[in-house]
Amino acid sequence: MSDMDYVFAVARIRVKEKYLLSDADVSQMVSMKDDRSVLGFLEDRGWGDSASSGNADAVLQKEEEKTREVLRECAGNSDIFEILSLPELYHNLKAGIKEVCTSEANGRAFYPVPKYGREDMLRILTEKKFDALPEHMRAVAARALEVMLQTRDGQRCDILVDRACLDAMAAAGARSKDPFIRDYENSQVAVTDIKIAVRGERTGKSREFLREALAPVEGLDVRRMAQAASEGRDSLLLFLSEHGYSEAAEAIKESPSAFERWCDNHLMKTIRPQKRNLASVGPVVAYYLARENEIRTARIILTAKANGFSEDATRERVREMYV
Amino acid sequence: MSTGFAIALIGAALATALAGCGSAWGVGVAGQAAAGVVSEDPAQFAKVLILQLLPGTQGIYGLLVTFITLSKVGLLGGAPAVSMDTATGLAILAACLPIAIVGLVSGLHQGKTSAASIGIVAKRPDQFGKAMLFPAMVETYAILALLISILSVSNVPV
Repeated sequence: MSDMDYVFAVARIRVKEKYLLSDADVSQMVSMKDDRSVLGFLEDRGWGDSASSGNADAVLQKEEEKTREVLRECAGNSDIFEILSLPELYHNLKAGIKEVCTSEANGRAFYPVPKYGREDMLRILTEKKFDALPEHMRAVAARALEVMLQTRDGQRCDILVDRACLDAMAAAGARSKDPFIRDYENSQVAVTDIKIAVRGERTGKSREFLREALAPVEGLDVRRMAQAASEGRDSLLLFLSEHGYSEAAEAIKESPSAFERWCDNHLMKTIRPQKRNLASVGPVVAYYLARENEIRTARIILTAKANGFSEDATRERVREMYV
Repeated sequence: MSTGFAIALIGAALATALAGCGSAWGVGVAGQAAAGVVSEDPAQFAKVLILQLLPGTQGIYGLLVTFITLSKVGLLGGAPAVSMDTATGLAILAACLPIAIVGLVSGLHQGKTSAASIGIVAKRPDQFGKAMLFPAMVETYAILALLISILSVSNVPV
């Protein structure tokens, strides 16, 4: 599809953007006394439906379904749905491998990805019919399943699959004709690499472990980052500050939750210019990501309120909104 | 029929054809955007319809110049100047070109601007007045071209 084919979809999205939560709405939700007030506020804004009323999980799940439906309607025949569902697809692979190897059924661990939901994934892995998977998943699925069956090392299995997911995202971004998709996938892989490096440094992972886990990405020397993370926190912070991620370094110094918030806010910054784009798939994808961000934020606030977190502790965890 | 008369008719045809193409594209793009807004918020129908129609004026300007040209060469009056010399025919063709070319280009750009303004109405319906000014600015150049074409066609001695 050419960019001008998205004029109708972008106009639809502009109307829908009016109903996105703003930073002021989120601030109001944080100030509410309990999770029931927050849920009531969201339901007044049209979240959920009659069947999900009063049930926070059901309301959020309904909103996720609505968002996916909008993306399906607006993105048309583009491959964007496939690109955006890569993390969910690889997550299902991990969940499938663990279920096959441990025989512990957990239906809630799977995302409802078309063609690769729980039943499909378990059948493919049990029968070892890896050809039924997308081409970029076949080799890693076979290898991760073998590692899990032979060593029962769940962490090693996760690293293999997560790295393959990052490589697939980077490749999908590089293949995309849309500069926004390229930028977004590049940012997402870079941010995920930084997350892995930070967690690896905290848990004392070796340089070899980090090099295997980090996916190469434009604008970030992951070999040097792995080296820095293996040397310690100060070395990693210095590396990030010198490579254009000084805000990330500051957030890491502040707290783990501040760093998690920086990760999401950084991605939000990447998509924000799409508010001014007239015709391309960019605004449609940006709306989808903005909705995911606000659903995630609503979940954080609802959980924080249900568990009696203070207003300040909750505020530290909420993300910046798209609008 | 002389070559000059044929060239004059080509000028008349280009005025309607090119300006009409620009308008058709512009109204089409703005129409897609308008339909997108109405699919989510039918209350904005009247506002987005006005914005959709703005790029349609170039086609009308082209038609007007074509009528004046056809009248000038006597085709509408029943006495066509079939013996028109080549220089006069070329002069009439040149007179038609401003609205033909500017009509095409401004129609394309006004369509895009209208679609962008429809985006403003989608998010802020109360800003309709301001939103309408942006595509209206593009209209200025179609009007200038129309004036030059009309003055030129009218004053070419036949």
